[in-house]
Amino acid sequence: MRDLALQALDAVTRGNVSYADARAIEIRDREITTKNGKAGHVSSNESVGLGIRVLVSGCWGFAATDDLSRQGVEAAAALALEIARASTAVRKDDVSLVPEQKYEAAWVSPYRIDPFSISIDQQLATLLAIDAELRRVPGISLAEGSMHFERRRQVFASTLGSVIDQTRYVSGAGFSALSFKDGEIQRRSYPNSFGGQYQLKGYELVEELRPLENAPRIAEEAVALHGADQCPEGEFDLILDSSQLGLQIHESIGHPIELDRVLGTEANYAGMSFLTIDQLGKLRYGSEIVNVMCDARLEHGPGLGTFAFDDEGVPAQSTPIIRNGLFTGYMTSRETAARIGENRSNGCMRADGWGRLPLIRMTNVSLAPGEQSLEEVFDAGRNGRPAIYMETNRSWSIDDKRYNFQFGCEIGWEIRNGKRVRMLKNPSYSGISTEFWNSCAAIASREHWTLWGVPNCGKGQPEQVMGTGHGASPARFRNIKIGGAYAG
Amino acid sequence: MPDDLFTRNGAEVIFGQVADFARAQGVREVEAVIAGGEHALTRFANNTIHQNVAERAGHLSVRCLIDGRTARASTNRFDKDGIREVVEAAIAITRLTEPDPDLLPLAEPAEYPELRRWYAATAQASPQERALAVAEAVAAVEDKGQTAAGIYSTGASGFALLNSRGVFGWHGETSARFSITAMTADSSGWAKAGAGYYGDLSPLQLAVTAAGKAERSREPKAIPPGRYTVVLEPAAVLDLVGQMFGDFSATAIRDGRSFLVDRANQKLFGENITIHDDCLDPLQAGPPFDGEGVPRRRLRLVERGSVCEVAYSRAAAARAGVPPTGHGFPLPNELGEAPGNIVFAGGDASLNEMIESTERGILVTRFWYIREVDPYEKIFTGMTRDGTFLIEGGEIAAGVRNFRFNQSLIELLSNVEMLSPAVRASGEESIDMVVPAMKVRNFNLTEVTRF
Repeated sequence: MRDLALQALDAVTRGNVSYADARAIEIRDREITTKNGKAGHVSSNESVGLGIRVLVSGCWGFAATDDLSRQGVEAAAALALEIARASTAVRKDDVSLVPEQKYEAAWVSPYRIDPFSISIDQQLATLLAIDAELRRVPGISLAEGSMHFERRRQVFASTLGSVIDQTRYVSGAGFSALSFKDGEIQRRSYPNSFGGQYQLKGYELVEELRPLENAPRIAEEAVALHGADQCPEGEFDLILDSSQLGLQIHESIGHPIELDRVLGTEANYAGMSFLTIDQLGKLRYGSEIVNVMCDARLEHGPGLGTFAFDDEGVPAQSTPIIRNGLFTGYMTSRETAARIGENRSNGCMRADGWGRLPLIRMTNVSLAPGEQSLEEVFDAGRNGRPAIYMETNRSWSIDDKRYNFQFGCEIGWEIRNGKRVRMLKNPSYSGISTEFWNSCAAIASREHWTLWGVPNCGKGQPEQVMGTGHGASPARFRNIKIGGAYAG
Repeated sequence: MPDDLFTRNGAEVIFGQVADFARAQGVREVEAVIAGGEHALTRFANNTIHQNVAERAGHLSVRCLIDGRTARASTNRFDKDGIREVVEAAIAITRLTEPDPDLLPLAEPAEYPELRRWYAATAQASPQERALAVAEAVAAVEDKGQTAAGIYSTGASGFALLNSRGVFGWHGETSARFSITAMTADSSGWAKAGAGYYGDLSPLQLAVTAAGKAERSREPKAIPPGRYTVVLEPAAVLDLVGQMFGDFSATAIRDGRSFLVDRANQKLFGENITIHDDCLDPLQAGPPFDGEGVPRRRLRLVERGSVCEVAYSRAAAARAGVPPTGHGFPLPNELGEAPGNIVFAGGDASLNEMIESTERGILVTRFWYIREVDPYEKIFTGMTRDGTFLIEGGEIAAGVRNFRFNQSLIELLSNVEMLSPAVRASGEESIDMVVPAMKVRNFNLTEVTRF
């Protein structure tokens, strides 16, 4: 892999380049799903290839190939150069990059149990045992479970002289129970929807989730939702579990702070951002207790956004994004940092494989834990006025500048005096990003904080799917619009 | 990846090696998907090309059947060791799965129609050609004092499915897409088109359309949310209505996750709604066979508002005692099947006639971030984007701030007042389909955003 990356770099630098990098990547993954007592999807996949990025006459070119013969590498290098030269036909300003140091490093993400050392039949047996528990509950019409494991080795080499060899292990697991009754579909998922929990871990993640012991409760809740009251419409205090709050962070903080969006380079597809440059250091993004960081370091936790170096060879860093409610930072690249006068990238460039160009992607964008106990979050001095508690995302949508959002959850509860008094079905809430975060009234403490993985974040053209991390503990928000999804 | 992978012969040679390695391991029932392609995309923003990429990639996926078990392994290494190792991996994991008494043997050979969906000129389009077309489009937007962002992509791909019983489907296809967003300080406009032959695209015309929308929607008004008559351009129809076709699946109905559970043969939509799935439609794309090699059959999904047919994979068809329709996904999978070549019957109204006949309503260019709110009532939420206008007295009166909607698709397709002729439309949230523009009454716009 190292030789391949260096060979590609050598081939492309024979042209007149001001900068180039090459990433040789080898990916192995395993996907296992079960459905109603049977294996659903069982597959093992590998992919090996090379991506070459080059800066010529102030313009970028990129070519990727899985033909790793000498001829194939030479052809990809030549194509990257040809593309860069073609880019000069529509050029305004030359690309400039903030400086970065040369690094030679090797890094492997920590894991306790290599997921590929556990046999597929054992993993299938675990999923089928969960499946049986789910279907033991009368009324469950569809039980589904999944595990996903990936090992990705990447060697990055650049004209700065860096050679960085990183290997990351990612594991994911989860299950869901669906119940159809009288013209209504209800679903509950564990520990999160859309595939469960994903972290930078080995097979120990599956054990830590304790899926089997949670299966009966999840199935019972799916069935019970049919008999629950419809979530009311109106303004209420809203309490979110940490997984839903993780997605709220992703959509209404994580994407708006991507500096490429702010600068307009995603305008045709993912959109732009309300966080224009003039707001940096001035905008009151959240209430005083809201502190958010973008942190790719291992110290932050085993997130999907944890690494040693980004795909431009910049070391992992922690950047304060919101400090005591004040907007303080963007996620940057070497190019975008230069465009706003920063002197260094904060290391957020990542590609979803060898075939794609690195883009600014969320690392771990997390809400710092608060100081309240969970009991205090649920009973935050509202003198008996009801609040609505929601768990586990069901739908998510936000406008292309990241102001107006609407989320639906799988299950809700009416909370009075800190206690759950009735289950609510089809809960939803909506709002404007800054108004929402400014209404944050209580955040639970560190012991309730979880670093969630979002494995399916889409961005870029051609689209790339990336894993991001979001740490959060349950929190309370004042006077939120509830129930709008079913209004009208 | 051998250079002749894009050819039928190249796929046949690779499958020969797959079958030989499988036989050497004592396995006779084997299937392979062999796919490869070269795709390039020139991306521009702020009136400059800022990302410009090309990718060459192949894929070999092998499935075995051993004593009622099946599993799949895949690789992109096409050398002898890569092919041998992927076959061995497929066999090894297949042996670790539990037998499935309902697992069918591999599909039998069938005849497939030959579709001309490969255009050499598109496959050979150069970075220079794309850059020149982008330059012309950007200039048209810049001349209006606006800023342009978008993409121009071209590519070619080959897809083969073969099995040890003699199934041999091969399909080559090219594709081109041009998408452009034109922006002023407080408004934007968008246009996009896709085609198999890149000469069928007109980047300049799309740029002019996008710039015109941006110009007309300057200084957008904030209109209160509520129930409005809407005129939906084809891309808006595509991205929204396209969300429901995964439910036209026998497996989804059996699982209880389709809105068609307990609604078979019911009249769910208006009399003016007729929808087919037709891979052979000249405006459609894709291979004429499914993930197991069954020929794709034309389906009457909706006829004059009534749900008629749904898709059946081989397994779903065997359970139901009907023939498979050719819409199955590669096995093993948990979803079963779905139609993927949607063709709406259009009407004869023009977009202008829809606007002229509207006393007060909203014209929508496109929708964005569409997600399901309620799976059985088929309620979806999302936003309008890049060209949303108030219609008053039969004319476009002003640009308006973008809305959030929460709309049942069942209700929407029951409230269609006018349809245009159907066209091949490209959006961002559904695959390309053949759809009309629609005038729809009582559309549920629930919130207004800040721009």
